Amino acid sequence: MKAAIVAIASLVALTGLALLSPQWLVFMAMLALAKGVVVLGLLVLMRTGLVSFGQGLYFGIGAYAAALLSHHLHVADAAVMLLTGAAAAGLVAALLGLLLAGYRDIFFAMLSLAFSMILYGVLVKSAALGSTDGFNLHARTFFGVALAPGMERRVFLIAGAVCAVVVALLVHRLLGGHWGRLATGVRDNELRVAYLGASPYRVVYVNYLIAGALAGLGGALAALAVGHVDPEMTYWTTSGEFVFIAILGGIQSILAPFMAATIFEALRTIASQYAPNVWQMSLGLAMLAIIMFLPAGLWTLAERRRRSA
Amino acid sequence: MSSILPVAFDGIAYASWLFLISAGLTLIYGVMRILNVAHGSLYALGAYAACSLAGAWLGGGLPAAGSFAMLLLAAVLVGSLVGPLIERGLLQWMYGKDEVVLVLITYAVFLIMEDVIKLVWGVDSLLLPEPYALPGNFQLGGLPYPVYNVLLIALALATGLILAWALYRTRQGKLLLAVIHDREMSMAMGINVSRVYLATFAVGATLAALGGAFTAPTIAVTPGIGVEVIVLAFAVVVIGGLGSLGGAALGALLVGLVRSATVRYWPEAELFSIYAVMAMVLIARPKGLFAAQEARKI
Amino acid sequence: MSAVLTAQGLQKSFGAVRAAADISLTFDPDIVVSLIGANGAGKTTFLNMVTGYLRPDSGQILFGERDIVGLSPRQITKLGISRSFQIPQLFNSLSVRENLLLAESIAATDNPRAATDEALARFELAPYAAQKAGLLPEGIRKLLDVSMALSSRSKLLLLDEPTSGVSADEKFAIMDVVMSAARIAGVTVIFVEHDMDIVARFAGRVVAFYDGSVIADGSPDTVLRAENVRRYVIGEEIPHAAA
Repeated sequence: MKAAIVAIASLVALTGLALLSPQWLVFMAMLALAKGVVVLGLLVLMRTGLVSFGQGLYFGIGAYAAALLSHHLHVADAAVMLLTGAAAAGLVAALLGLLLAGYRDIFFAMLSLAFSMILYGVLVKSAALGSTDGFNLHARTFFGVALAPGMERRVFLIAGAVCAVVVALLVHRLLGGHWGRLATGVRDNELRVAYLGASPYRVVYVNYLIAGALAGLGGALAALAVGHVDPEMTYWTTSGEFVFIAILGGIQSILAPFMAATIFEALRTIASQYAPNVWQMSLGLAMLAIIMFLPAGLWTLAERRRRSA
Repeated sequence: MSSILPVAFDGIAYASWLFLISAGLTLIYGVMRILNVAHGSLYALGAYAACSLAGAWLGGGLPAAGSFAMLLLAAVLVGSLVGPLIERGLLQWMYGKDEVVLVLITYAVFLIMEDVIKLVWGVDSLLLPEPYALPGNFQLGGLPYPVYNVLLIALALATGLILAWALYRTRQGKLLLAVIHDREMSMAMGINVSRVYLATFAVGATLAALGGAFTAPTIAVTPGIGVEVIVLAFAVVVIGGLGSLGGAALGALLVGLVRSATVRYWPEAELFSIYAVMAMVLIARPKGLFAAQEARKI
Repeated sequence: MSAVLTAQGLQKSFGAVRAAADISLTFDPDIVVSLIGANGAGKTTFLNMVTGYLRPDSGQILFGERDIVGLSPRQITKLGISRSFQIPQLFNSLSVRENLLLAESIAATDNPRAATDEALARFELAPYAAQKAGLLPEGIRKLLDVSMALSSRSKLLLLDEPTSGVSADEKFAIMDVVMSAARIAGVTVIFVEHDMDIVARFAGRVVAFYDGSVIADGSPDTVLRAENVRRYVIGEEIPHAAA
């Protein structure tokens, strides 16, 4: 019930934002939403106690899948692009997950990093995909309806908002029940999970798959927002950014990734205007401050306020 | 046949460079259980310091051969000043945290240092071609090869031998191995772990800076050179088995040879091949080539 | 009456250490068995082999009629052997209730919430239901560990030192709760124990381990009085002249 109210309120707010605000804000909101979806996937994975330093792999796959549809197959429908992005990433995650679900801790983190760097290595050398420059994409219709120039991004933001709200609700349901407890169980004590008769491997696998598909959806959204894809999307620094946003928000709430991604994008927009040379430094300092003083993320602040209210 | 020699030589030269950086990374992990992302910035810092010091030396009209000493000095300075600064100023408060959290902490340090470097040295690229050009070339398989690369290989060999000697033949080294093997036991035995950590981090930082300093003459030193290096070093260290010096050497050699072979025969696959090797090694041996044994839990 | 568990010629070595040297044991239903022996005698190794955590170098383990060597702990748990641990294996960031609820849900109980409430009452854990497992006192952790093991509706329950780390005056109370719950669940219990008073009180049969072998097996009275058990397991000084 409470979740439904938050969902509807977010949808109304984002639709208002999409229709009324200037283009730069629409653009920023889309990117924040895209990253929020990726980090939501990371949050699902982190419930099992695993951190992937390679979500850029699926972010990139989602983005390139969407872009390839437009560029090579001349499919210009945004809805198809979003679905394809998520499906393509989910498919690759289903495959790599078979292997990765057997790894833990730093080895999981590093192996996922290696796979993302493999894709990066392929993309920068693929002349057909524009090498390091990448290529542009154009989405002109949405569910078959042609969009007036200038309106595209506004419609995409609404589409992105619907996607984000739907996946957030699904994840909320999933983690709020048995599966969420099971994932926490795997994080706390795998041995006990196995000795109760459940398979930690399966839990990790499914959560990895979800994280991959969500990163793909986020990648497709980002591609629609920017209208361009390049290998940077799969580079380890992009993956690091996702982990940063996840830590920034914390993993207690489904809203935290979106809140953190919005703060992150807003700060980046400001920093690129006024202080481009200390942007990374501010990120680093913020990260240290959070790890030291708010180890459960910014969301603890919201929780504290609610409790004291 | 004629093409194999240069490929092997290239591979070994690249492996030497990789080893210098990875040795410090694996040492720090072995002793402190920190996979140090800031290692990449220490590498970059070594390169920048080398440009400044050797540049000043050469600019002052001093004998060109002395610029090599300046490269060494740059590495030692970075290692003995910035290394302890990071360890005492930040990391010592973080021990005992989860390994993945420690990765994030050093990632934060990495981000901060990237901008510090830009603020100190600016964003334009720096060049230091003299030490590279100075020793000249020699012929290999009918092609000219830089003698500098031979020096690099010798440097890596010397570093590896000194490290192995220090670890296995000196008292301090044995203490370090004791900490790697069993930290609770070594604390109970009265080893000053805090001092061991400080020394380890300083040595590791020096090695990273050494790699950077001796790379500076071969590249244009620009912001961001540490970004790619750190994931490469991760790959090497993970292939070898985290915390194993011999593993780092073998990992570096493997990656170096695979890379030079792909560059020669299938240049599009350069980056792909390195990480594919890492993935394959981890699939075959989930904890790397020389992995430590795990104790029974129940 | 057919056996619940049959071990036949179990061997297991860790390097030069023989943790199991040709162990053959048969366990009948509804008889509480206590495994005793000094540390390193091979009791926990035996439990680890039965539950699939360790694979014996050779030998056979039958659960009922079925050979379970080579199966994983998960598969063996699903077949009907559950266990508790010397160091309780809990989900520390979950509450006591959530720990049990998770266990009951994995066991696919018809109504996990009702079963959880029942277990909370039976193990006298209700006052702690909302507390995080990581913050519990040791005695309560032990009880929670056993209660989770019982959630899987197993036929055989293995308890690894259910009273270790607990103060002397709590030991009997804990064992009373555990044994009555086991009786209600109709499960056969095998427990590893160091406290001979507990053994004498709760076991119907005692198996003594020494150096990877079984050195005595029978009723508590006979085993606890046997000279080699008193010398090697209980650690009494036995004058040679008197022997």
